[in-house]
Amino acid sequence: MTAISLTVNGKVVSGNVEDRTLLVQFLRDHLNLTGTHVGCDTSQCGACVVHVDGRAVKSCTTLVGQVDGASVTTIEGLSHGDELHPMQAAFRDNHGLQCGYCTPGMIMSAVDIVQRHGGKLDEATVRHELEGNICRCTGYHNIVKSVLDAAGRMSTAQAAE
Amino acid sequence: MGVEGIGASVLRKEDRRFTTGKGRYVDDIKLQGMTHAHFVRSPHGHAKVKGIDSSAALKMPGVVAVLTGQQIVDDKVGNLICGWAVHSKDGTPMKMGAWPAMAPEVVRFVGQAVAVVIAETKNQARDAAEAVEVTYEELPAVTNVKASIATGAPQLHPEAPNNIVYDWALGDEAATNDAFSKAANVVKMDLVNNRLAPNAMEPRAAIAQYDEAEEHFTLYTTSQNPHVARLVLSAFYNIAPENKLRVIAPDVGGGFGSKIFIYPEEMVALWASKKVNRPVKWTGDRTEAFLTDAHGRDHVSHAEMAFDKDNKILGLRVKTHANFGAYMSLFSSSVPTYLYATLLSGQYNIPAIYAEVMGVYTNTSPVDAYRGAGRPEASYLVERMMETAARQLKVDPAELRSKNFIRQFPHQTPVIMAYDIGDFQASLDAAMKSIDYAGFPARKAKAKSEGKLRGIGLSCYIEACGIAPSKAVGSLGAGVGLWESAEIRVNPVGTIEVLTGSHSHGQGHETTFCQLVAERLGVPVSQVSILHGDTDKVQFGMGTYGSRSLAVGGSAIVKALEKVEAKAKKIAAHQLEASESDIVIENGEFKVTGTDKSIALPMVALAAYTAHNLPDGMEPGLKESAFYDPSNFTFPAGTYICEIEVDPGTGKTEFVNFVAADDFGRLINPMIVEGQVHGGLTQGIGQALLEGAVYDSNGQLITASFMDYAMPRADDVPSYKLQHTTTLCPGNPLGVKGCGEAGAIGASAAVINAITDAIGNNHLDMPATPDKVWHAIRAGA
Repeated sequence: MTAISLTVNGKVVSGNVEDRTLLVQFLRDHLNLTGTHVGCDTSQCGACVVHVDGRAVKSCTTLVGQVDGASVTTIEGLSHGDELHPMQAAFRDNHGLQCGYCTPGMIMSAVDIVQRHGGKLDEATVRHELEGNICRCTGYHNIVKSVLDAAGRMSTAQAAE
Repeated sequence: MGVEGIGASVLRKEDRRFTTGKGRYVDDIKLQGMTHAHFVRSPHGHAKVKGIDSSAALKMPGVVAVLTGQQIVDDKVGNLICGWAVHSKDGTPMKMGAWPAMAPEVVRFVGQAVAVVIAETKNQARDAAEAVEVTYEELPAVTNVKASIATGAPQLHPEAPNNIVYDWALGDEAATNDAFSKAANVVKMDLVNNRLAPNAMEPRAAIAQYDEAEEHFTLYTTSQNPHVARLVLSAFYNIAPENKLRVIAPDVGGGFGSKIFIYPEEMVALWASKKVNRPVKWTGDRTEAFLTDAHGRDHVSHAEMAFDKDNKILGLRVKTHANFGAYMSLFSSSVPTYLYATLLSGQYNIPAIYAEVMGVYTNTSPVDAYRGAGRPEASYLVERMMETAARQLKVDPAELRSKNFIRQFPHQTPVIMAYDIGDFQASLDAAMKSIDYAGFPARKAKAKSEGKLRGIGLSCYIEACGIAPSKAVGSLGAGVGLWESAEIRVNPVGTIEVLTGSHSHGQGHETTFCQLVAERLGVPVSQVSILHGDTDKVQFGMGTYGSRSLAVGGSAIVKALEKVEAKAKKIAAHQLEASESDIVIENGEFKVTGTDKSIALPMVALAAYTAHNLPDGMEPGLKESAFYDPSNFTFPAGTYICEIEVDPGTGKTEFVNFVAADDFGRLINPMIVEGQVHGGLTQGIGQALLEGAVYDSNGQLITASFMDYAMPRADDVPSYKLQHTTTLCPGNPLGVKGCGEAGAIGASAAVINAITDAIGNNHLDMPATPDKVWHAIRAGA
């Protein structure tokens, strides 16, 4: 067993966990943050993506011990109270989701993509960057639309700050 | 149309919870005292189980029990069934091998469960499962259909000699032979429809809870049809009578057919929850999904099409070998027969058709319905034949199709189906215009000058949806009726609950069904809730598959709404002291036409429940239900055209353009409809270019993870151009046809037709990987 302490969605959490505990298991089983999903166990599908110190990470292949002391943001921590994050709003407004299972990971990856590329995103870049996230429902058409829409909203929001 | 009524692209009500991580899927649920199950699965494609030693596993930390196949047989839990009886052409019933939920004696595919470990945590169950010692005696395996029926092949089931489940036929053989004898030209072709893994992103899961005091079970499961699950679990598997079994399918992360069926894992979880008297949870991992979710497709076919001297089709002859895997899954028998051969007429006037289908056992995962189920296989065959014929007859492929289109409706095909309505020319024209078909030769020439091979491919698909008229499917062997039920509860303050037997696992029913209520009663969608997926709330239902939810389930809602409206109008007339025939509904108000007198729906509802002043003899309350059984299938149809470019140096295919023109009848929520098409197209493209479940000769699935099985990713597919043409379905009150499967049915032929056009070699099977295309370019040169 290992003692760990980290910040999740702005709150300090600690616990004693088996050494082999994955970050996704810690989030889902210990903290009941079930918005982060497991779709493949092999780091391919991206349903488990969360942010660790601001960077998109696949939590199904990260030991929670590796992020001891880090700051983790999950899908539950993305919105400001009732106000959706621009990426969440863009997914809703562009019908960028169907069954919703890949959606949390997709949104967390997409936020990271926009943050890394700023306003310089085009369709080809979004499609290439989304290679690590699999969706079986939408055919990606509306996900790509959502990310491009959100990129605009996020840069507008940034400019307003 | 109101802003939220029929035809409005209302944003989805379900999306707030899904975008904020508040969805509730089975694996998200925790019950007090819950244990965890992990299955011990066969590593062999075919073997005898000689012994199971659980002694070491039982001593491991946290282990509650180790249960085996022999115990489940001893406890008289029923074998898994196939619920659609298909007969061979000689009249004999299909030959079904026994399928116990865990194998007591023989395993017939890799991944088949032989035992289960129940432990306090998931990791403890997994660790202990590795310590269960199973002794196997390996047997020779067979995975290929043709090899399986060859002399001397390993035999899977004593019930099915030569591994043949049935040898079935449809159509008039003599008339078809006669048509071929008069043919000016005959086009012949061999086709393989590749085996696919459905891969809903949420792996299957189940939680079973046994209440000893009430002798009652609750099952949370990833199901597309919880009532069908309850029916089968009670009637055939002896788990519990229906009134002692509640099945809940909460948010479900995609299905595509794979979550229709009742699987061994949920049966075992239920049985084990009583044995250990604690809740039991099982959540599959991705490799378990690859190994145990029912696969799709896997046909090997030979087809021949006869044409007269004017290029009119005279007849079609098809012989198909369908791979069923090691066991007959719940609806497997119907997929390569009544869902396949009945669509072989495509969009064309074909006077004579004869189709023979042999269903075959192999040492592979069971095969059943996957998005489209039989109809993609039919459409792929017909549309590759048409393209091939156009090339052989040296006519334009669009022109050959147009010449043979059915133009009079209703149209009785020679293979059961009676098409009610359509306008195939309209969708072909719309697609050709959208892709600038006329300008293609110039684009091809330009690409050639740049060293690229450009091709264009058409696919004019038709499908039978709105599954299904109960009497018709009953006459064809179905063990269930395929109607749908609905109940409308108007609450005393005017909010409304709609209970439906359909189940949403991505289709957006919580929005579309509300729009039906908004249209009828003028109530904002925010005041309407859709309840589904719980057998304790919804009385009965047949679930969601076969593009049936709106055409059948939506029609049931409309029928129930009609009853609500009729009663509400009676109450309003009574309250307003007017004649019932003068009451009209506008924006949620019941008005006396030609006057300013009105009463709002909430006041009508309140009057119904206070019952202080109702018409004489009227029962209190405002709640109505309906069952709707369709009179026919619906027939969505359309044209897909795909333009691609192949790099001759690498064999890689790039999309230039993909156009879809669909006729789904009336659209309730166009945004959701288009989303369904995008997803379907991508699964069709996945089949054409990327996907394939591949077994080695010993029965090992060598594509059992996302590292080995190529799922379509964002940069594998294009953005799509969609068009809608409309003929309203005459068979249901909404005029709708269904849109969920079209893309997966029509897309793959368009892609392969485009690639074979580009490379000038028609001998190409799916998936058209760069390696295969590169070799085909060289072979064709």
